[in-house]
Amino acid sequence: MSMRAKTNSVTSVVTDEHPTVLSVRQLDISVRTEAGILPLVQSLNFDLKRGETLAIAGESGSGKSLTSLAIMGLLPPPAVHVAGGQIIFDDFDLTKLPESKMQRLRGDRIAMIFQEPMTALNPVMRIGDQLTEAIRAHEPMSGRAARIRALEALKAVRLTEPERRLKQFPHELSGGMRQRVVIAMAIALRPDVMIADEPTTALDVTVQREVLDLLRILTTEMGMALILITHDMGVVAEMADRVLIMQKGQLVEEADVRTLFAAPQMPYTRKLLSSVPRMGKGRQSTVDTSMQPLISVRDLQVTYDLRGGILDRVQARVHAVEKINFDIFSGETFAVVGESGCGKSTVARALTGLVPHKGIIKFEGQPILRDRASQLANTRVMQMVFQDPMAALNGRMTVGDLVREPLVIHNIGTPQSRTDRAAELFERVGLGAEVLDRYPHEFSGGQRQRICIARALALNPKLIIADESVSALDVSVQATVLELLQELKAELNMSYLFISHDMAVVENFADRVAVMYLGQIVETGSSAQVFGNPQHQYTRRLIAAAPFPDPDRVFLPREDSEDDLRSPIMAKGQTPKRLKYCSIDEGHLVAI
Amino acid sequence: MAFVETAPVLLPLSVWQRLKKRKLALFGMTLIFLTLFGAICAPYLTPYGPNDQMFDGLTLQGAPMAPGAQFALGTDLLGRDLLTRILYGARTSLIIGLVANGVALIIGTFVGVTAGYFGGFWGSVLMRFTDLMMAFPALLLAICLAAIFQPSLWIVALVIATVNWVQTARVLYAETASLSEREFIAAERTLGASNIRILFRHILPHLTPTIIVWGTLGISTTVLLEATLSFLGVGVQPPTPSWGNIIFENQTYFQAAPWLVFFPGVAIVTLALAFNLVGDALRDVLDPTQRGRG
Repeated sequence: MSMRAKTNSVTSVVTDEHPTVLSVRQLDISVRTEAGILPLVQSLNFDLKRGETLAIAGESGSGKSLTSLAIMGLLPPPAVHVAGGQIIFDDFDLTKLPESKMQRLRGDRIAMIFQEPMTALNPVMRIGDQLTEAIRAHEPMSGRAARIRALEALKAVRLTEPERRLKQFPHELSGGMRQRVVIAMAIALRPDVMIADEPTTALDVTVQREVLDLLRILTTEMGMALILITHDMGVVAEMADRVLIMQKGQLVEEADVRTLFAAPQMPYTRKLLSSVPRMGKGRQSTVDTSMQPLISVRDLQVTYDLRGGILDRVQARVHAVEKINFDIFSGETFAVVGESGCGKSTVARALTGLVPHKGIIKFEGQPILRDRASQLANTRVMQMVFQDPMAALNGRMTVGDLVREPLVIHNIGTPQSRTDRAAELFERVGLGAEVLDRYPHEFSGGQRQRICIARALALNPKLIIADESVSALDVSVQATVLELLQELKAELNMSYLFISHDMAVVENFADRVAVMYLGQIVETGSSAQVFGNPQHQYTRRLIAAAPFPDPDRVFLPREDSEDDLRSPIMAKGQTPKRLKYCSIDEGHLVAI
Repeated sequence: MAFVETAPVLLPLSVWQRLKKRKLALFGMTLIFLTLFGAICAPYLTPYGPNDQMFDGLTLQGAPMAPGAQFALGTDLLGRDLLTRILYGARTSLIIGLVANGVALIIGTFVGVTAGYFGGFWGSVLMRFTDLMMAFPALLLAICLAAIFQPSLWIVALVIATVNWVQTARVLYAETASLSEREFIAAERTLGASNIRILFRHILPHLTPTIIVWGTLGISTTVLLEATLSFLGVGVQPPTPSWGNIIFENQTYFQAAPWLVFFPGVAIVTLALAFNLVGDALRDVLDPTQRGRG
C-alpha cells in the first residue's frame, strides 16, 4: 500500500489507447462587477484521460479552483459565470447542460472533494446516513443495499472498524478519518472523474501523507481520472502524471510531471519551483549558545479545565503545554514544529501573556512578573506576528494608525514623530510610506503580513514570535517574507521564536529546532542535528511525511502510525508522564 | 524575487462627502429635517392651537370633518385640527424617539459590551438579569413604573428606555463575545493595549453597524410603545398630542373617519423609514471595506 503506485501508471496509463473522459476547450470564466466584466480564467484548454492524475497548480488568484467549480457547474451565481468555451464530458457540453441534468451527473459521474472535511460533512447526521443518502440520490436501491455500498466504500478508503464508523457522527472522527469519509462519499458511486480541491491543505502533514497514499491507490484500483487542484508543488510531484501551471487565469505551462520538474520551460514555472523550500540535511547554526540566553523558559505549563456536570466541576484537564524548557539566544531563530494540537501556539500565547501559565519565563536573566507594569514592559521586548494577517489587523483602522498604535499605547513620541516612524517602518518592510492612509483590505496577503511585521517592529523588540506567520501565504510570497525576516535578523540582531508545521520552511530558516508532541518537546537541537540525524520516532515520521518536490523520490514503506486519537486531555488528578531526555550530541536532546 | 503585488487605489473621502452621494440617505435626511422643522415651527405653520376645539371643526351632526380646504387633514372627534395636532405631536414623538431610544441604546450597549468582553461571574449576572427583563412583560413593567412616578414627558421617555434596552444588550453581548475572540484583539493585547483602549478603539467601532441598525429600528418601536402607554393612561397626558395617542384616541372611529388614523400612522412610518435610510447609509459609509461601492 505504501509502494508507489504511480510509477507504473506513468508509463502505462497516459497513452493514446486511453480515451479522453473530459475536455476543456477555450474556457472563459468572468465575473460581473461595478467596474464591468472582469475575466478570471481565459481560453483554457486541456484534456483528461481515463486513469490519469492531472494536477492544476498555481497560486491564489490563478483560477484553478474556479476551473474545477466550472466543471462541476457550481460557479457562484449570478456574478461569476462561464463566458465562453466548452467543457465536453460524455458528448455533453457541461456549460450548456440544464441544472436538472447537471445534478444527475454531479456526484454520480463527476465527484468532488473539498478542502475542509468538517464543513463538507453534515455535523448532525451519522456517517452511514450521509453516505446512503448520497448513494440513493443517484441510484434507486433499497436502504439495505445502499448501506452495503456505503460499507464497501468505507472499506475501500481503509477506515478502521467501518461498521462502527457508519453509526458515528463526524465530530467523533479525527481530521484524517473525516477526509477519508469524504473520499468514500465521492467514490461510492464509482465516478469517472474525481476533482480534489486542495484535499490535504487543512490536514496535518502525517495525515496528508495517508490521504495522498489513499488517493493514489484508489485512482489505480478504480481507473478513475483525478483532477488535483493544489498550490503545493510537493504534492504535485508526488501525485500527478501531468501538470497544468496556471497564473492569473491563464495556462502558463503544460507538461508531464517529470519534464516539468526536470526542465521547466516558462520563467513563471521556474520561479515557482525555486521558491519551494526543499528538505536537506539542515543548516548549520552560527549562533553562540554560551552566552546568557535572551529568553529562558523553565517548566512552562498551560492547562485548560474542562468543566461539566450539574455542579460545573472540573472533570478533565487539557495539558496543552506540559512543563517544557527551552532557551532562545540573541540573534537566533528558534523554531517549534509539530502538528495541530501539539501545543506550539499555546507556547507563543503563554509568552505574550495571552493565556495564564505556570512556570518561569526569564528575559535576560530577569523573571517576567505577572503584574500589569511588567507585562507592559514585556510587550516592548517581545512582539508577535500572527498567522492570518487579515484577522490580526483591525479592518476599520488605516494601516498607518495600526502601525502607530503600539507607539500610542506606550506613549512614545509626538504624533509627528510617530508618523515619521511609521513611514520609516513601511519603507523598511518594502511598502511605500504613501500607503499609510489605506485600509488593510486594500492590500494583498503578503503586503498585509509585511504591515503586521512593521507593527511588531515599532517598539524595537528583541524577540519576534512568529506563529505560523508564513503558512497562509503563497509560496512565492512566503519566500519574500522569509527573506525580509532574515534581513531584519541580520540588521537588528533580532531573535525569532518561529512556530510552524512546515518542516521544509523550518529546516531552511531555523538555527535551532524543538519538535513538540502532545504538549512536550520530544527532540531538540540545532537544525543540522534534528534534520540531519533525527533520533525520535515522531521526528522521523514528520520528516518522512513532508511532501517533496521531486517526482523521482521513492517512498519507503510507511511505518504503522500510532493511534490517531491520542490527545492531551487527562482525567482530573492525572498528569502526563514527564519525558526524560538523553543527550545525543552537544545540544541535541531526545526524549526516551 | 520579482513577484509584484498590486492593490487597488482608492481615494479616502470624508464621511459627509460620501453620505452626500447617496440619494436615499439625502431623502431620509430631508424627511428628518422637515419633521424637525415642523415640530419647532409649529406655531407659525398653523393658525390653530393644538388643543383648540373649534365650533366649525365639527359637522352639524357632531362628526369630525373630512380633509378639505379649511382643515387640510380634517379634524378629530373634538373638532381639533388634525394637522396642527400632528405638528405639535411631532415634538413629543421626536423627544420620545430620540431620548428614550438613545438612553435605551446606551444602557443596552453598556450592559451587552461589558458582559460580552469581560464575561466571568459579573458577565453572567448581567446577562441573567437581561434574560429576566426579557421574560418580564415589558408593558406591565412600564405601567408599574409610570404609575409610581408622576407621568411627564421625560419620565415616559425614561420608562420606555428601561424596558427597551434589553434586545440591544442581548445582540451586542453575542457580538462582543465573538469579537473578543478575534485575532486582532489578541494582537492588541500583545501590543500592551489596556482594556479601555481595546473596548473604545477596537470593539466599539466594529459594533457601530449593529448599534445603528438597532437604533433606527428602535425609533418606531419606542414611538409606538409611547402610544400604547398613552392609550392605557400612563403615557403622555392628554390633551398634549403625540402621534401615538392621536391614533389611539381615534382608532375606534377608524371606519367613519379613517383620516384620523391614517395621517398620524403615515407620520410614524415616514419618520421610522427616514431614520432607517440614514442609518443604513451611515453604516455603509462608516465601513472602510465598503468604500468605492454603491
